[in-house]
Amino acid sequence: MRLAHRFALESDLIKADCIEATEFPDLAGKYRVYAVPKTVINEGTSIEGALPEEFFLERILQSLEPAADSGAGA
Amino acid sequence: MSLIRDEDAGEIRERLKEMVEPVKLVHFTQELNLEYGREARMLLEDLAQLSDKLSLETCDFILDKEKVAEYGVDKVPATAVRNGQDYGIRFYGIPAGYEFSTLLDAIVSVSRRDSELRPESRDKLAKISQPVHLEVFVTPT
Repeated sequence: MRLAHRFALESDLIKADCIEATEFPDLAGKYRVYAVPKTVINEGTSIEGALPEEFFLERILQSLEPAADSGAGA
Repeated sequence: MSLIRDEDAGEIRERLKEMVEPVKLVHFTQELNLEYGREARMLLEDLAQLSDKLSLETCDFILDKEKVAEYGVDKVPATAVRNGQDYGIRFYGIPAGYEFSTLLDAIVSVSRRDSELRPESRDKLAKISQPVHLEVFVTPT
């Protein structure tokens, strides 16, 4: 969780929500949160568990690439 | 009644001494949201007492429509951590247990305007060209 907030502090384009899963069961259900931490990126792909900084960031960037590619190809 | 025990309050005060700039917690609640809302608000009120650099603004989720829109809050209890600038850092639910230390961490980082990330990470983050919304689900334990 700390990393997501630190990314948000570093980048104006990133916003990071820390969501207490048991208080928002509908949202947790929608994203199939069965174990925590679980990070959902742009309401789509997700990362299960806690990762070290470089891997966490890498996974986030990877999840953004398809959108960037389709934009470039259009 | 305080939700922060005296022995914890001293430790929290020490941690908050790392703060540089003032930080404001903008908390959204609503009267109907009693189960978790009241406890979250009490916890933040107690916390805000522990540093001169920390303040709390409480908004009503139903009545303060402009603030709700400004902060993009879609559920309560919600808490934004900001200084002069809003970085998009939010907590939804009671920041208790393990998440309480995450909240302290966010407060200190925002206050120092320092993410403490590796230079390589900062370079990569600077190249992001689209909005990114991270929703991290956690539990208190």
